[in-house]
Amino acid sequence: MEPVLEVKNLVVGHCRKKQIQPIIKGIDFKVFPGQCLGILGESGSGKSMSLKAVMGLLGADFSVTGEAFFGGENLIGKTKEQLRQIRGKRVAMILQNPMTCFDPLYRIEDQLSETYREHTDLGRKEIYEKSLAVLIAMQIKNPEEVVKKYPHQLSGGMLQRIMIGLSMSMEPDLLIADEPTTAIDAITQFEIMKEFIRIKKESNTAMIFISHDLAVISAISDEVLVLNKGKMADQGSFRQIYEQPKDPYTRLLVEKKKSVMDQYHRVLGRKGVMSQ
Amino acid sequence: MKSYIVNRILSAIPLLLMISFLCFVFINMIPSDPAEVALRVRQTPVITEEAILQVREELGLNDPYLVRYLRWVGDCLKLDFGVSYTNPSRTVLGEISRCFPATFVLAMSSLVIVIVLSLPIGFFCAVYKDSLFDRIVRGIVFMTTAMPAYWVGLLLIWLISIKWDLLPTSGSGTIKHLILPSLTVALTYISTYIRLIRNNMLENMKEDYVLYANVRGLKQSTILVRHILKNSLHTCIVAIGMSVPQLMAGTIVVENVFAWPGLGKLCIASIFNRDYPVIQTYVLLIGTLFVVFNLLFDIIQSIADPRLRREVS
Repeated sequence: MEPVLEVKNLVVGHCRKKQIQPIIKGIDFKVFPGQCLGILGESGSGKSMSLKAVMGLLGADFSVTGEAFFGGENLIGKTKEQLRQIRGKRVAMILQNPMTCFDPLYRIEDQLSETYREHTDLGRKEIYEKSLAVLIAMQIKNPEEVVKKYPHQLSGGMLQRIMIGLSMSMEPDLLIADEPTTAIDAITQFEIMKEFIRIKKESNTAMIFISHDLAVISAISDEVLVLNKGKMADQGSFRQIYEQPKDPYTRLLVEKKKSVMDQYHRVLGRKGVMSQ
Repeated sequence: MKSYIVNRILSAIPLLLMISFLCFVFINMIPSDPAEVALRVRQTPVITEEAILQVREELGLNDPYLVRYLRWVGDCLKLDFGVSYTNPSRTVLGEISRCFPATFVLAMSSLVIVIVLSLPIGFFCAVYKDSLFDRIVRGIVFMTTAMPAYWVGLLLIWLISIKWDLLPTSGSGTIKHLILPSLTVALTYISTYIRLIRNNMLENMKEDYVLYANVRGLKQSTILVRHILKNSLHTCIVAIGMSVPQLMAGTIVVENVFAWPGLGKLCIASIFNRDYPVIQTYVLLIGTLFVVFNLLFDIIQSIADPRLRREVS
């Protein structure tokens, strides 16, 4: 099977006063259609930076080298305009803070429709219908009312679902979820994860799931890549890295998680809360 | 929404009373006897004790402080601001309304210059941050902030009116007369607003909604104008609104440099003549303008910003 995205030897550096400070020091990964790659690592390990670099979302003060093949084309070295046309349409991305990701001055409807206007030739009425369909697909009640609302009038979970719905309605080849569950509460987190698992089952979209949460990664990933300080620490299936972590850093992560879970089980006095 | 506006208007009333009280107290603290001043400016040949007592009685200066204050406030509410000491045939209201239009025209043309220049310059400085253009503008802004308006005014007169003989040095009446004074008034504000808009836009560029707009693949021009500029302007609305009374009050020096027959010139003349009623009314007017514009733009912002809008459910 052809991978949707194949990243080889990606190096990202931050240029400051003619000195390049390396942030990501050569990582490789592949994602296949219908599969999910989980990228695990703590804050500052370069998880989301690496994908922002591939998508051309970093500022001019970053240097990006390496190769990132997407549909046979190398994304690195493409112009800003070429990358812009790919973003939002063929590669969709879901971000961490749904509450702050929408422009506070525009209604949900306006923000959905401007995205459709950018990437499709649909008319005004079709766009409106498509917006409603997105909300209905994401099980949001009263879609006609919700599209008329401003972001601050909706909950984080609702906005997150709108973001996911918008991304999936574009039928992208690749969906990148950048810590989509970090900024929302535990119950909503569970709902959102169900949404992702459903998407994975129903569509053939390749998925990259970035998180620092082992439990979340375990729920969805086929393959896991562990990053530590901009380097690849471990790579393999979830079971592999959970049971036999090769790298000392991965071992540390897993042990920490296990000891937290043990304590959790001791306090609650029952077992099997964390599903594997 | 309605109750919010009503509340804001009601809350302005004690503020206005406070301003009027402070204004009254401060003017009365000026260490010279208003009665004596009145006599002197009326060119009474010999100022005798009796004459002073008589004028005091006439101007009601013998009553207690609070009585005089209440009487003054009561009169002000009836738009009766008294009679000028210098020229008893003229009412203060007449003097103020004679001078007000000139200052208003000057302030408004300055405001137009400020908006027309600082908005695009600030915008491009933010878009091309750290480019040559941005660095040059920042240098100029830095310099003009440090230059006092009266000095810039004098420089402009020297360069444009005297050396090049392009525009009249002083006076009023035509558009030509308006250019130099309004440019001088505008200059300080232009630098402030260029900086304000530039920094606001740069702040907004770091926001998550900009990243997400990029993620959705929107055009850079759409993101800059529709999202970043609009959000930045929202935070500037109040500042721009407040600059209207600031401009009206700030013309005082420039009006004197250019002999512009407005409120500022009237105020300076009144201060030299110790014409208390006029000074008092001028201070009250400017204070009231600040309160009114603050109120007005608070309400405008609360209507324009969906987050501040209270929906009637």
